[in-house]
Amino acid sequence: METVVAGIKSSFKNIYTGVWDFINLLIARSLRPEELKRSTLTALWFMFLTFPILVIKVNTVDNVINWYWARVVYLGVTVYFVSFFWRYFLEVKEHGIKAALDADPVDTSIADGLTDNGQMGALSARLMANKKFKTALGISLCAFAVAFPFMFSMYQTNIMTNALMYIVLGLGLNIVVGLAGLLDLGYVAFYAVGAYCYALLNLHFGLGFWAVLPIGAVLGATCGLILGFPVLRLRGDYLAIVTLGFGEIIRLVLQNWNEFSHGPSGIANIPRPGFFGIDLSLKSSIIYMYFIMIGLCLLTIFVVNRLQHSRIGRAWVALREDEIACQAMGIDKTKIKLTAFALGATWAGMVGVVFAAKSTFINPESFTFMESAIILMIVVLGGMGTIVGVIIGAFMVILTPEYLRGIGEYRMLIFGATMVIMMVFRPQGIITSVRQKYKIMKDKT
Amino acid sequence: MEYFLDLFLGGLTRGSIYALIALGYTMVYGIIELINFAHGEIYMIGAFIALIVASVLTMYGLNMISILLIASIVAVIYAAAYGLTIEKIAYKPLRKAPRLSPLISAIGMSILLQNYVGIAQTKDFIPFPNLIPEFAFLAPYKDTIRSSEFMILITTAIVMVFLTLLIKFTKIGKAMRATAQDKQMAMLVGIDINRVISFTFVLGSSTAAIGGVLIASHIGQINFYIGFIAGIKAFTAAVLGGIGSIPGAVLGSLVLGWTESFATGYISSDYEDVFAFSLLVLILIFKPEGLLGKSTTQKV
Repeated sequence: METVVAGIKSSFKNIYTGVWDFINLLIARSLRPEELKRSTLTALWFMFLTFPILVIKVNTVDNVINWYWARVVYLGVTVYFVSFFWRYFLEVKEHGIKAALDADPVDTSIADGLTDNGQMGALSARLMANKKFKTALGISLCAFAVAFPFMFSMYQTNIMTNALMYIVLGLGLNIVVGLAGLLDLGYVAFYAVGAYCYALLNLHFGLGFWAVLPIGAVLGATCGLILGFPVLRLRGDYLAIVTLGFGEIIRLVLQNWNEFSHGPSGIANIPRPGFFGIDLSLKSSIIYMYFIMIGLCLLTIFVVNRLQHSRIGRAWVALREDEIACQAMGIDKTKIKLTAFALGATWAGMVGVVFAAKSTFINPESFTFMESAIILMIVVLGGMGTIVGVIIGAFMVILTPEYLRGIGEYRMLIFGATMVIMMVFRPQGIITSVRQKYKIMKDKT
Repeated sequence: MEYFLDLFLGGLTRGSIYALIALGYTMVYGIIELINFAHGEIYMIGAFIALIVASVLTMYGLNMISILLIASIVAVIYAAAYGLTIEKIAYKPLRKAPRLSPLISAIGMSILLQNYVGIAQTKDFIPFPNLIPEFAFLAPYKDTIRSSEFMILITTAIVMVFLTLLIKFTKIGKAMRATAQDKQMAMLVGIDINRVISFTFVLGSSTAAIGGVLIASHIGQINFYIGFIAGIKAFTAAVLGGIGSIPGAVLGSLVLGWTESFATGYISSDYEDVFAFSLLVLILIFKPEGLLGKSTTQKV
């Protein structure tokens, strides 16, 4: 026992000194004259660049100009410090950490661990390999999920339901973008299809939530196929634009075709899902909604996980990595692309139905390109092609603005910046997707 | 007939503006094969900067022509600076990355710039002063063509000719063509690729800013979101004409302008954007290489 404590103590000490050395090296690097000069120049350049838009605000009605000088100063200072890190990380990415810190003699293993989470990765992999730990984690997560609506307020539960919806959406888009490598910027169209499917079927035929849920899924898949067929021949970037155009067409049609979709005013009074014919109070229906979403989420995780390791999933990854090689291996490209679109869209269709039922009111404004961008952001941030990554991404993207009210206005600004930063420094996302490998076990006997 | 002529001219004006933006898309795509999503935002920033400069100058009581000139020049300089910076931050570190990465980075950049302007200035529409003077010689035809329309057509034509000459006959134009054909080979013969790419961004951004100033004073109002739709439409135009080809971009823009103008005039004005996007989808399905583009086969 004592040796363990001593071991932990010494490893903490190692980490501590390692981090300290690392910080010292980082500061030493930043104090190099050319670094200081470059940061100053960058700061000045950005101050010049943002000067008119940040500082001058014209009130054209009263013909007054307001000058906000402080803003440009804040910006300059921020850029000055950020630029050190920017260049440091860029150099680490290109030449490795040793070249960036110019520190061969010093042990940089800690710094290595800090920057590309090698140690963290190894630790979590080891923990995950442990069956006991896995079940314990699973059970405690389940218990937390079940207890959540009873522990926290209705408001919190609502937000959580929202986050769960985005997890499913993210996992659906993950099939298309993360696994098959087809950048779909009109994903929200399928979401809209699902939502309007429930709203309209309920309005005209009085169909209930549970009846429409599978219909929404099928309709989503069908729309995925309809979009998939014409774009089969397109390469990555064209595909992105066509899907974007498709998403906008759907939204504009919903907005303008009054007889069909009630136009911009939307459809109100959509019933919440019934519980075996019993009308629930608002509070219990929120909880009910939460559990429906938990169920849907688990179903999605299960299905996507199975898909990922199936023949189709492997084919998707092959398609993402190299289309030509994938064809050469005898994979039917057409079929694989279409399944990706259809299976991705299915989830959006289902969540669309849930969304309509949850908010009881829908209009085309909920399905703009920004919504697609947010879902894409979830996938990019979490890590393309990983389930855990998408879940973490969804929680970060949806919950952060809820709990940090202050950033509300800056939410999209931060999303945009994060997208750029992630692509530049960590294109694989927070969680790196690990390829399944065959391990040759040594026979012990 | 009168109505037809109106629509024809409207489409021509619209198409000219699209052309000014589409040129930037097509040049950048020609050189680094990237859809620069943030290009539409450059156009929006150009319009905003022109508005700000013009308003400040109006308060100091300058005359109209000098306001127009100074505002346009400042807008062009700033747009070029923005283009240059965006390239350095979001695209340059990703030159060797898989194709999806710079595309996502570009989308992020576009969202970032929109919200930056939206937060720093305003999210509402703001009126844009009419910077373009009324030409006396156009007075007899006032019902057919407005002077702002006339100005847009003339400017677009000039920019087009200038760009064509620049790319055909100057040294940097030659370097651009060489880079577009084969980056490595261009490097081997001593072309500074980074400089060429930066120059392309500067050129594309400047034309977009000119477009921004012109359309803003033609329509009379701007907001932070105008770049997005305009950008997609200009991209449609560039694809329509064959991406990477400069005459193609102009042709595509005019076709798109007329399509929109006639479709809204004769069918329904509610579905203006739907026509543009449908045209894009149709073109990409049936003729992905565009009207004037060369079809390329993908090689291993």
